[in-house]
Amino acid sequence: MIVAEQKPLAEIAGMIGDCRKVLFAGCAGCVTVCLSGGEKETEVMATALRMKRQLEGNPLETVTYTATRQCDPEYVDAMADVVKGVDAVVSLACGVGPQYLAARYPDLWVIPAQNTTFAGGSKEHGVWEEFCGLCGQCVLHLTGGICPVIRCSKSILNGPCGGSQYGKCEIGKDVECAWHLIYERLKRLDRLDLMRQYREPKDWSKARDGGPRKVTREDVMIG
Amino acid sequence: MEQILENGRFAVTAEIGPPKHADAEKVVHHAQLLKGYVDATNITDCQTAVVRMSSIGTGVHVLGAGVEPIVQMTCRDRNRIAIQSDLLAAWSLGMRNVLCLSGDHQKFGNHPTARNVYDVDSMQLIHLVRRMRDEKLFFCGEEIKGAEPRFFVGAVANPFADPFEWRVDRLEKKIDAGAEFIQTQCIYDMERFERFMEMVRERGLDKRAHILAGVTPLKSWKAAKYLQTSVSGMIVPDSIVERLKGAEDGKAEGVNICIEQIKHIKEKIPGVHGVHIMAIAWEEVVPDIVQRAGLYPRPQA
Amino acid sequence: MEEFEPKIVAFCCHFCAYSAADLAGSMRLQYAPNIRIVEMPCSGTIDHRVLLKALEDGADGVFVAGCMEGDCHFLKGNYRAKRRVSHVKDLLRAIGLEPERLEMYNLSAAMGPRFAEIANEMTARVKGLGPSPFRKQTGGDA
Repeated sequence: MIVAEQKPLAEIAGMIGDCRKVLFAGCAGCVTVCLSGGEKETEVMATALRMKRQLEGNPLETVTYTATRQCDPEYVDAMADVVKGVDAVVSLACGVGPQYLAARYPDLWVIPAQNTTFAGGSKEHGVWEEFCGLCGQCVLHLTGGICPVIRCSKSILNGPCGGSQYGKCEIGKDVECAWHLIYERLKRLDRLDLMRQYREPKDWSKARDGGPRKVTREDVMIG
Repeated sequence: MEQILENGRFAVTAEIGPPKHADAEKVVHHAQLLKGYVDATNITDCQTAVVRMSSIGTGVHVLGAGVEPIVQMTCRDRNRIAIQSDLLAAWSLGMRNVLCLSGDHQKFGNHPTARNVYDVDSMQLIHLVRRMRDEKLFFCGEEIKGAEPRFFVGAVANPFADPFEWRVDRLEKKIDAGAEFIQTQCIYDMERFERFMEMVRERGLDKRAHILAGVTPLKSWKAAKYLQTSVSGMIVPDSIVERLKGAEDGKAEGVNICIEQIKHIKEKIPGVHGVHIMAIAWEEVVPDIVQRAGLYPRPQA
Repeated sequence: MEEFEPKIVAFCCHFCAYSAADLAGSMRLQYAPNIRIVEMPCSGTIDHRVLLKALEDGADGVFVAGCMEGDCHFLKGNYRAKRRVSHVKDLLRAIGLEPERLEMYNLSAAMGPRFAEIANEMTARVKGLGPSPFRKQTGGDA
């Protein structure tokens, strides 16, 4: 899932300072699962900001709505009624949501409530970790199922580097060395030969470096 | 170059493309050709993202041959650590001018699978290079204890990119950030450039920075057609393509057009403080252009 | 002027605080009449939204009362309640409302006197803070 973290309340309050009526738009996708932008979080944020404005003597009218997903045009289309008459929409979706809203509603002022952080998963309830670097060319079959592109701080493909010690990365004692993990795992699976092979420089044109990406699937297109 | 511009003289700069190998002989040869005809010459920084000798290294050779280099520094290949490190080296090696730009995307070069950096953008680079000089501060704000690089800071402007109205705002933003001289994208659509300069003058930007108009002599109508259709951010009017097509000697006609453009810019467009002649892979034609455009001999700084 | 009598909403766990309140009653203990008790199956069912809403709707103070730590009938509900209360306190701080208007308490079903003490303590605290700025201006009892 995409993991996002809410911006500080004061920051969001600053962004809607001159608005009288605001739509708080949650998303029932990834941000619901990572507990930062679902229905509940949307209501908490709207209530907190409404209370803040009340205390400041500048009341704010809030509307809340949680879209099935903010990254699909059909669900963003369905928001046509709720965006009517608001001065801005605060989107609690990942960075995709505000952009879909902006594209669909040209006159609507959109505000991101989240800092979209990474593609990852939960480690335990309340803890999320980054797992995928979205590089566009997966190498997990070569690394025992541990991603060096994002879990190695240097994205090294022929690791571990000289900064690996006691299984930790040189950037911090609380950061595991991905290449140490890869080593342990390949050793266990008796596939260290994979690690001995020289890995060529990666084709970063498949990643963000190559410019904005697009995936097209003719077979599932309609019409 | 700084002196010439500060003294209000019409400046002439050219461009030298570093070699795609480790031999500087040709660069030195080109510099010798240009010596006395130009006030300074840009040294491109892996232009079109093709690996070449570094702009700073090449600059050393050019300086040795008696021509003042303008080191181009793109944001594509270096993060802020590398940029500053290179700037320190460049100053220590005698470079005095730096041109800050984003750089062409690596997709167009010979390493399209490379990562790109763009850690800082051209606007930030201008601001931070000026701050290194004016406040003796590294990009992070830490003090430079010792000699600071004191570059004459340049930037580029493209009046032919879109949105047109925004181009002057962006130029102003660059000047606000600290750009002291500006080189423009090569001009073929003179009418549009004149409109651009009109807006520049309205805002008094020509008084705040030295604007050097970019020109590029075309070798053939095919070259013109290529620029017209395949290079983003360029406008080449059909009239130029047609004129080159009709000419007996395309190269000579290309030079003629370039000379006419320079004269027009110098005489008819107020606020332009010089020309930047980008004779891409055709450095040897520059002395002829400078001479025939009435810009020779060059004033002594 | 009439003395300020705060309205305090107490979210009480069925297995401890609610029974303790009951016991306090049976014991004929006198405690501040400002408390409105809401019975919950477990303090761990408390929701951020409910706490905020109670305050927004004009409660001068709110507290959540769960079992003693380690004694939750559902094992860890009271720890969860504690974290949520703490988070909502942070939110109150961020929006400029005294976080002291909200509190978490732990007690057992046998602690009738402690319930009375908590009720008095919270009432005194909220009296000190004064009426909630969200208090309905129309007057009357809630």
